[in-house]
Amino acid sequence: MRNVFVYCELEDNIIADVSLELLTKGKSLASQLNCKLEAIVIGSNLNEIDKQIYKYGVDKVHLADDKRLYPYLTLPHTSIVTKILNDNNPQIVLFGATSIGRDIAPRVASSLRCGLTADCTSLVIGDHYVKKDEKEYKNLLYQIRPAFGGNIIATIINPDMHPQMATVREGVMKMEVFNETYKGEIKQINVADYVSDTDFVLEIIERHIEKSKINIKGASIIIAGGYGVGSKENFKVLYELANILGAEVGGSRAAVDAGFIEHERQIGQTGTTVRPKLYIACGISGAVQHRVGMEESAMIVSINTDKNAPINSIADYNIHGNVAEVLPKLIHFYKKNSK
Amino acid sequence: MNGFKIVVLAKQVPDTRNVGKDAMKEDGTVNRAVLPAIFNPEDLNALELALQVKDKYPESVITVLTMGPPRAAEIIREGLYRGANNGILITDRKFAGSDTLATSYAISQAIKKIKDYDLIFAGRQAIDGDTAQVGPQVAEKLKIPQITYAEELKEINKDKIIIKRRLERGVETVSCQMPVLITVHSSADDCRPRHAKFLMKYKHARTNSELEENNELKDLINNREYLKITEWNVVDIEADITYLGLSGSPTKVKNIENIVLQSKEAKNLESTDQDLESFIIELIENHTIG
Repeated sequence: MRNVFVYCELEDNIIADVSLELLTKGKSLASQLNCKLEAIVIGSNLNEIDKQIYKYGVDKVHLADDKRLYPYLTLPHTSIVTKILNDNNPQIVLFGATSIGRDIAPRVASSLRCGLTADCTSLVIGDHYVKKDEKEYKNLLYQIRPAFGGNIIATIINPDMHPQMATVREGVMKMEVFNETYKGEIKQINVADYVSDTDFVLEIIERHIEKSKINIKGASIIIAGGYGVGSKENFKVLYELANILGAEVGGSRAAVDAGFIEHERQIGQTGTTVRPKLYIACGISGAVQHRVGMEESAMIVSINTDKNAPINSIADYNIHGNVAEVLPKLIHFYKKNSK
Repeated sequence: MNGFKIVVLAKQVPDTRNVGKDAMKEDGTVNRAVLPAIFNPEDLNALELALQVKDKYPESVITVLTMGPPRAAEIIREGLYRGANNGILITDRKFAGSDTLATSYAISQAIKKIKDYDLIFAGRQAIDGDTAQVGPQVAEKLKIPQITYAEELKEINKDKIIIKRRLERGVETVSCQMPVLITVHSSADDCRPRHAKFLMKYKHARTNSELEENNELKDLINNREYLKITEWNVVDIEADITYLGLSGSPTKVKNIENIVLQSKEAKNLESTDQDLESFIIELIENHTIG
């Protein structure tokens, strides 16, 4: 039987949310394909780690436990994953589209000479017919993703050179317990057979959490607040919405001058000019100095208590209301309807 | 040793960041004619890191390597104007339709032909595909280590390079021997501008195909070796054509759906649950969010 595999990421011996989401998706794909779900967990001191994941429907956990395997290093993890996949011949392998997943998956794909689709937003089982060869493929993985800067949605398939591999970002798939009492088996691998000393040429000198630089120019979605938001405290909900949409938060000059938000986030003539896919203007009246910095956004949404705010003339959607009431509702309805 | 041999992988891409309302044709295909072709932004960050190595070790030699149609020679000149020493364009119709696996095969074959290198820098990802796969795949094919998402060059000497990496929840500083392939994140330093001296020196640099189109420069270039941009095809890089193009690409595009951005009348909504929920559903369904 050719099964579905998920590479699980660890942070301090807790399985990452993105991996649990992939196990949930992997289980539903495996059920549809009538095969099993297997997980790969690589790290150090992994006692009872398998217990964290059985309830997501995992039938088998391939465990590589060695003090040199945490934190993540590209080469030893690649060697282990490549050998496990070679030995087990899966039909589908899923990775998180994270710093780790996007580092290891292409390397594994290159070594296995198989296809890999990055940042899928949807994974569906379907058939494929090649007219020219009169050849029918049953139960392929449709790997659906935005491409070309988000201007198109492409469905990618990998008909011949298997496994079919994909990465998915955190939060895209739903996390759901399959069965609280589900129990799979564990397969402990002998790490020495999988890695060589040359896999450890790279050394981690330091690792710490550090806030990233603000990158408002490159954001594809921007939630911007103006003076109408009212206070620094009220900006919190903008960050909350930005967080779940993968967006950046920006501000008008008035909001920056009032101290609601830092200068690095200012949008407009004296700040940054942005052209995101979606711009949500919260409590921004839209003086011309602000509009020149954002009017080329592909879609503009204005949330304002003033129906005649100048920004409404360039907006695609005008939501009449108070930011502090509207944003929590948008967050709620997004969580309810996405996934 | 006084310098390093550096290869910078660069790609010419359509500028997908500034897609206006006319970027899609009526039939729903991408209107490439209105999208300017640019130096992939993170590849410029990669070039900057390479130039910083050369600042420290001025005898270093930087080669810009790109794969693409003949016009992609433009970005090699852009690299020369900023301080690169030479460029190689790999171009062949047989590359058409290559996915990341086939592309990384072709690039790795070209690097094997270059043979002598200490460092390979590449942008983390290209804005037309955002896959971030080619860098790691080239490293795998060359059997060398990789450092992804570089943000800062901390230190380099003949034994090792120390790089600060930008991860999604923090940073990591790593040390590695050479040769190594490094992919560079947009949070790294912006690339320095063109230098007037290099602009003057290299403005007539051309590939052979460009000379065939316009041979006025032929005599000039034949007298000045540094103005020749190397051009390699499938045969030059000794590539197995079954590993290239559509046949060498495991992934196939089954279907393309356009996100049509129509400019229509503004919709006016009230802050009722009903209005807000249908608004969110609309944005999810047209792939604006989610």
